[in-house]
Amino acid sequence: MAIVPNPHKTTGLLGWIDDRFPLTKLYKDHLSEYYAPKNFNFWYYFGSLALLVLVNQLLTGIWLVMHYKPEASIAWDSVEALMRDVPYGDLLRYLHSTGASAFFVVVFLHMYRGLLYGSYRKPRELVWLFGALIFLVLMAEAFAGYVLPWGNMSYWGASVIINLFGAIPVIGNDLVIWIQGDYFPSDATLGRLFSLHVIFLPFVLVALVVAHLIALHEVGSNNPDGVEIKKHKDPKTGIPLDGIPFHPYYTVKDVVGVGVFLIIFLGIVFFAPDGGGWLLEKPNFTPANPMATPEHITPAWYFGSFYAMLRAVPDKLLGVLTMGAAVVIIFFVPWLDRSPVKSIRYKGMLSKIALTLFTISFVLLSYYGMQPPTPVGTWVSRVGTVIYFAYFLLMPWYTRAEKTKTEPERVTHAAH
Amino acid sequence: MSNQGVDPDRRRFLTLSTTVVGGVGVAAAAWPFLASLKPSERAKALGAPVSVDITHLEEGQKLTVAWRGKPVWVVKRTPEMVASLAKVTGELRDAASAEPQQPEYAKNEARAIKPEILVMVGSCTHLGCAPTFRPDHPAPEVDANWQGGFYCPCHGSKFDLAGRVYKGVPAPLNMAVPPHRYVDNNTILVGEDQGAA
Amino acid sequence: MQRIKTFLIAVALSAAAPAYAAGGHALTYKFEPDSGNIQSAQRGARNFMNYCSGCHSMKHLRYGRLAKDLNIPEDLLKANLMFTSEKPGDHIISSMPAMEAAKWFGQPPPDLTVETRMRGPAWVYNFLMTFYVDGAKPAGVNNLTLPGASMPHVLMDLQGVQVKVDEKAEGHGEEGHGGGHHAGPKFELVQPGKLNPEEYKKFVTDTVNFMHYAAEPGRNARISLGYKVMLFLFLFTILAYLMKKEWWKDVH
Repeated sequence: MAIVPNPHKTTGLLGWIDDRFPLTKLYKDHLSEYYAPKNFNFWYYFGSLALLVLVNQLLTGIWLVMHYKPEASIAWDSVEALMRDVPYGDLLRYLHSTGASAFFVVVFLHMYRGLLYGSYRKPRELVWLFGALIFLVLMAEAFAGYVLPWGNMSYWGASVIINLFGAIPVIGNDLVIWIQGDYFPSDATLGRLFSLHVIFLPFVLVALVVAHLIALHEVGSNNPDGVEIKKHKDPKTGIPLDGIPFHPYYTVKDVVGVGVFLIIFLGIVFFAPDGGGWLLEKPNFTPANPMATPEHITPAWYFGSFYAMLRAVPDKLLGVLTMGAAVVIIFFVPWLDRSPVKSIRYKGMLSKIALTLFTISFVLLSYYGMQPPTPVGTWVSRVGTVIYFAYFLLMPWYTRAEKTKTEPERVTHAAH
Repeated sequence: MSNQGVDPDRRRFLTLSTTVVGGVGVAAAAWPFLASLKPSERAKALGAPVSVDITHLEEGQKLTVAWRGKPVWVVKRTPEMVASLAKVTGELRDAASAEPQQPEYAKNEARAIKPEILVMVGSCTHLGCAPTFRPDHPAPEVDANWQGGFYCPCHGSKFDLAGRVYKGVPAPLNMAVPPHRYVDNNTILVGEDQGAA
Repeated sequence: MQRIKTFLIAVALSAAAPAYAAGGHALTYKFEPDSGNIQSAQRGARNFMNYCSGCHSMKHLRYGRLAKDLNIPEDLLKANLMFTSEKPGDHIISSMPAMEAAKWFGQPPPDLTVETRMRGPAWVYNFLMTFYVDGAKPAGVNNLTLPGASMPHVLMDLQGVQVKVDEKAEGHGEEGHGGGHHAGPKFELVQPGKLNPEEYKKFVTDTVNFMHYAAEPGRNARISLGYKVMLFLFLFTILAYLMKKEWWKDVH
């Protein structure tokens, strides 16, 4: 039976494959004929960098699992043995532990880019929702991974975070015991967190990343001007006039971003893997000890803002709910923004003030979340929490109340 | 899109050199991952040379020690056993020990440093079963001209008292002699070559 | 742009925070470990094995690794450093049974493999420098860095006996510059030890340098590999940037 020739007219091995599998089609759809706006700026590096860090985490993770032993009595020793006895074991571990922080750096900047340019607006709501889900899963993944070395900070971090569920009325205490599988964080807890960290959550994460990219490539990328490049197409070819093929133009550009990123990232991995105690906490250099809490329990820096909100509220249940709401509210952004324009470039003064205050309060919350509780810290955290939520909850009002500038018809771009 | 200012040679050169340098980088990045699969310091420590005391090993007896997860046999052969080695030469696949299944210093008829002491890894070169020590002879059920040796119960491979393989059996090679040396007359260090330290 | 600047300043400020936070616990003496000084670490290994390893293990460090990293030949290793074991592949285990030790000192002496990563090298240096006579303690000594320490002053023989003077300044010991600058409480040697104060300082420096090595034996290899990687990445990034510029001439 004759096969219908593939539409790409490829021959040889590639032709044989294309007759049976859309290899050339995938390449064209997502790289060589995926038209991205030509005016991407600095903020647009972080998507590809997030993908790079994901690959780093997956690969180093696979290798770490070869040596790590998820058993409470030997887990800590197995990490120390990995770093000493396995050739390059220290490097593999530092790549993974530093990679976790790098993941949050690039993801925060990537999300911030979305807020700047309205990348969540119609028709990109699902791109944003998949992204927000990725962030949520990433937080769970990071928490589970944080516990695995089973140092004293891991242990007490696990204890504090799991105890948050104890705030739920009636079932709280039973729920905590059920989550731990024991009356305190123990081998049972470590086992399930290990399983989630290395199997379930990475699966979900990768699936969501694929969905995020499929959704993005379906609707096309937004850009710093927030205007749709599909509005103006070449009448003959149907290619957007302001679009350029992702490959080669954005691949060569992203490679530069990768180079700069790796200089910073590997600079930390090779020269400061402890990160002064931010990346590998000092109390984690002693094995888990249920009898002795470290003097000062801090969350990993990337949870600092949410942890500050938890502490800012003087009620256990309300604090936990506030912290949860801070993450959940991110999902609603596409429907909170009612501005006639997408990009901050054309939004009015209110939006700019709101975003500035939001930025400052997020950074301050992150900072105070990692400091020992002080009266000043608590008050800054309270103000910061209010601003954080006000930024989102008042968005329907201030995005409509302000006077916006007129969006240009075409993207603004100066050739370099 | 126009092509003003484009220099195709420069573009080709830069693309090629970036690709090559990037490729070198990726290859170099793969190295720590591959190198980490080598035996760890723990494996090396556990695989360190093993000292065997043969003071109480009687003639005709065999003792077994573990070295790198394998049984290592030390057999003290009687003069008669040593003499029997020459009698089976014609039936062996590699009587001269041409294959590198032993260190250079054990490449002799007895496949040993001292002819009466055989040090050998106790696993069949066919599929790794442990052959049985059969010093008894004659034993027609094993071989018509059996002078004593090792018989593998898994697939019937036969070896003489120096671990040399017979012709016409599944095992392709003589049994392996591990690196070993004499610390003193009655102490053998298995896992370290003669002349090393 | 202004907003981005504000943001970056905020990021820079929060990145500077650890130094600030780490300064919270005031130490009397300033100390920086010297990871490049192999001779010092060698002497420190000898000190550790002779004075510390009786009670404290370094159960994640193998003798053989130590010998290789610190250029100690195997015969010297076996003669001078290996007291509890025969095989270079063995870990450094203390000869004291943990249960007995717990009875004698109230708690088992901690394993010291990664002590300097947990407390910091400067802390360990200060701990070994700041034992002083205190009649109120059962052992007759106390420690300024770890008040109420259950460890006796094992090195008293070497350091001699010191008493604490100038109690007023206690509490805000901002470190001075260079090793051995006193700040906060001062100590006075009332009975000299076998070593003079300079020799004792060197003894402790060597010991802490060794512990700093032991906490991360791969440190020097990691850093030297890091320089090569950085060099490569700079070359790669420059090439990639030129390539990007060339391709983007197409985009107007």
